[in-house]
Order: sequence, then C-alpha cells, then structure tokens
Amino acid sequence: MTRQKLKAKMPQIVINVVVIVAMLLWIVPTLGLLITSFRPASDVVYSGWWTVLTSPLKFTQYTVENYKAVLSSGGMSTAFRNSFIITVGGTVIPVFLASLAAFGLSKLHFRGRGLFYALIVFMLVVPTQMTFIPVLRLYNKLSLSGTFVGLWLVHTGYGLPFSIFMLHTFFQGLPDELFEAAYIDGASVWTSFFRLAIPLSVPALASLVIFQFLFVWNDLLVALIYLGGHESVAPLTVRLSSLVGSFGQDWHLLTAAAFVSMVVPIVVFFSLQQYFVRGLLGGAVKG
Amino acid sequence: MLTALFYVGPAVLFLLVYQVYPALQTVYLSFLDRRSESFVGLENYKYVFTSQTMLRAFKNNLLWLVLFTAGTVGLGLLFAILVDRVKYERIAKSIIFMPMAISFVGAGVVWKFIYAYKPSGAEQIGLLNQIMVVLGFEPKGWLLESPINNLALIVVGLWIWTGYCMVILSAAYKGIPKELMEAGQVDGANDWQVFRHIIIPEMRPALTMVTTTMLVNVLKIFDIIYVMTNGNYGTEVIANRMFKEMFQFANTGRASAIAVVLFVMIIPIMYANIRQKLKGEG
Repeated sequence: MTRQKLKAKMPQIVINVVVIVAMLLWIVPTLGLLITSFRPASDVVYSGWWTVLTSPLKFTQYTVENYKAVLSSGGMSTAFRNSFIITVGGTVIPVFLASLAAFGLSKLHFRGRGLFYALIVFMLVVPTQMTFIPVLRLYNKLSLSGTFVGLWLVHTGYGLPFSIFMLHTFFQGLPDELFEAAYIDGASVWTSFFRLAIPLSVPALASLVIFQFLFVWNDLLVALIYLGGHESVAPLTVRLSSLVGSFGQDWHLLTAAAFVSMVVPIVVFFSLQQYFVRGLLGGAVKG
Repeated sequence: MLTALFYVGPAVLFLLVYQVYPALQTVYLSFLDRRSESFVGLENYKYVFTSQTMLRAFKNNLLWLVLFTAGTVGLGLLFAILVDRVKYERIAKSIIFMPMAISFVGAGVVWKFIYAYKPSGAEQIGLLNQIMVVLGFEPKGWLLESPINNLALIVVGLWIWTGYCMVILSAAYKGIPKELMEAGQVDGANDWQVFRHIIIPEMRPALTMVTTTMLVNVLKIFDIIYVMTNGNYGTEVIANRMFKEMFQFANTGRASAIAVVLFVMIIPIMYANIRQKLKGEG
C-alpha cells in the first residue's frame, strides 16, 4: 500500500534510471579488468578493453597467456597457496577461541565476568596500528616474523575482540533454561558447550567464519608488517601490490594477477552472501 | 573458576599479548628517540603536529573524512531506499555490495586501470580518459595531479564501502513499520516530509552505526593509498605515513607517536559506535 503510493509520487522511471546507472558504475570497472586480463599484451597497450565489445564473440581476440605468465613467473601460484594457508589458520583459531570465550562470558557465572567483557569491548577501540611495533619486536625476538604461525596468531589476536563481541550477542539470546535443563540431566559444561551452544549457533558461526575468512584473505597491512619482505610466504595481496610496482604499466599481467586474487572472495561472496550480510548485521541493527 | 579459566583464559591471554601490552608499550615508545634508546620528551609529537608531511596527511585525512563519510552514508542511504522499489533489488544489491568482498589491493588495481593515462593523441586505455577524449577534453593524469588525485582516490573508497552502508541501512529501512509511513501520507505529508520526519528518525541508530564505522575506516585508510600512489603527489595519509616512518625511515619514536594520535582520534568515534551496538544488544 505504502509502496504503491510512494511510487505514484516519485516516478518509477527515475528510480529505475538511478539504480541501473549505479549498477553499471559498480560493475563496469571489474568487468573491464576481467576482459583485459584475457586480451593479448599487444592489444592491451594499443586499444581500450571496450573495443572488444564491438564483436565480443570473436574468440581469437582472447588468450589465457596472461594467466599462465602470472601463475608461473609472477609467483601468483605460490602466493595463492600462502593466502590459503594463512587464511585457514587465521580463521579457525580465532573463531574457535572466540566461541569458547563468548560461551564463558555469557553462560558461565564467575567473578570478574563483567570486567573481562568490558576489557574485550574496549579492545574494539584500539587500532591495530597501536600494536605493530611492540608485537613486531616480540616476533623478531621469537623468530616468529615471516612465519605462517606468527601470522595465524596475530590474526587471532586482532580478530578476537570483534568475534567475541558478535558471538556473545548471539549466545546471550540462547535461553538459560536450556542450559540449566542440560546440567540437571547431568551434562558437563563441555557437553553443553559442544553439543548445545555450538549446534544452536551454526548460522552465527557461519557468518563469523565467512567474515573472518574474507577479512584475512584480503588483508594487506598485517601481512606486510609481519611477513617482512619474505617472498616465499607472501599472500596474494602482498604479491599483487609488489607487482603493481614492478609490472607498472604491464596491464595484461597486472589485471590477470588481480583477478587471481579476487576469484576466491568473489565465489565465497556470491555463494554465501546471505551469511555474510547476516554477519555484518550482527549486533548492528536488531529488529 | 577453573572451568571459566579454560573458556575465557586463552582469549584473554591473546588480548594481553596482542593488544594491551603492545598498546601501552607504544605509548611509552612514542616518548623515545628513533631507536628507542633515549627519552626525547614531546619531540615526536612536535613532529606529528608541525612537520609539512604530517600536516599534509592530516589535511588529506580531513578531506577523506568529509567526502568519504558523506558519500558512503549518503549514497548508501539513497540506494537502500531506491532498491527497495525495483523488482531486481537482489541483483542490484549484490552488484553494489560486491567490492566489499575483494581486497582493497584488488580494487586499487581495478581503479588504477580506470585512471590509466596516456598523453593526448595516443589511444587511451583507461576508461575515464577515453570518456574525456570522446567528450572533447584533454586526458588527465588522475593520480598524478593534486588535488584531483585525492578525489580520485576517494572515489575508489566510495566504490568499495557504499555497498556496506547500503546493506545495513537497507535492513534498517525495511524494519520501519509500514503503518508509520502510511500514517504520514494519510496526514498529507509528501515524499520529502516522510523521509525527513519519519524515515530519518526511525533509522537513526543504523545511521549512527554506519557513520561511526565509516569515520573509523577513514582515519585508518591505508591500502588504497599504498597501492595506488603510496602517498606521493600530495596524497599522503596518516596510516600510510606511519608505515613509512616504521619501515622506510626506521623511526620507531615517530611511528609510535603517529599511532597514539590515531588512537586518540578514534576513541570518541568508537565510543559512540559501541554504545550504539550495545544498545542494539539490550
């Protein structure tokens, strides 16, 4: 009813034009990158990617050479593997520890609980920049810089406040009676955590996992700081940003490399979008 | 108590090692010299607040603060309301939201290519300069000329973050009770009045949330600058400068002072942000 009336007041055509223009502005840049990555180097320097649109089905104008080149000599395949290793550890550890902590803080009764929670919420305020130098010094002493383990742990340290905050909000919503009933039936705390709280929060956990996964996969700064210049452990983001420096104007290679770094997040995003959105909304807007 | 320690202990240990201790240590280091050997008082802070480079960075961050925040929240709100009224809402939202999924580095390359510049007369391969040429203008070095390059970088930021604002604001918009808007219209309010007096007040919590989130983002903005200009040609920002002080100039004192200043600027914004989130929780 409302929408019908609003429609009548603001011409539908205007709305459609604005939305479609916005969609074009948001999709064309990525599309240009994708098309360019499949064009031969000689074409890329002499004409804009939009020239293929005059005869988009002429398949001889496309090539996969650029991808072959960046995956072999560009070091993108090693970087891909590194990104994967870093992201898996950097997601599993913080999500696991956060679910333990969020469970403890919302369902167990102990002294100082409020204080711990306040500490965690306060940590949301601290920008990671405040921690780089001391943590890096510590890492240099312990030989943890330039290692995957070091990066897993640091992503855990940085990811925990938000993860705990989000899961705490969710666990708070689970009725206490449920857990009391489980205890009366003789369940241990671990059982009530592992068999009750975890299965009940699968949607929240899924959101958090996707969120943290994309966050770590796309991270540049933390990797730059703690991996130093070690090429052999550099993830895609670090590799790509150094290619921007070294390949400079070699757009055929740069665009292919960029697309290699974007493939996983784009697939994750489009297949699991609803969980991702729910993660963003976690605690932000309720009802 | 021991049980509680098992659940909460590991997380608290991580926070002490990775957040509490280093943050305090950074404050301490900001009063020491570049090698953290001797006490220099407020020398590093004097650099932060008076040097040309830092003043330039502050100015740019301020420009970002105004344009980026207004742009992401404004466009996000506009799109949130408009997509609600088209049949292809889902796909429109997915497309605008997609840049959030890719890395800022990836987005940086995407846009560096849009801004690619060749001297006039040569065939342009950057879309923006091609459009300029078609319209009869001279091609421009979008990332090289100040102050236009700052705007060019901010546009990249808008492209990445508008979708985030849109998604959150769209959820809030759909949460406004229909009766409320209907009642407004029955009382003879026009679109603008409904927007101003019903939609905006109803969406205030969500607006506060996204605005504060964008403000914090802007203060910490790093990746886009690092990849696209590395702070050259007058595009320096605070976080990139800190990175340079740390690695390029190996000046721990100055880098720490910059971090502390950043922290102090973020505190009030995050306070508002968290208060809003906790309200939503209760």
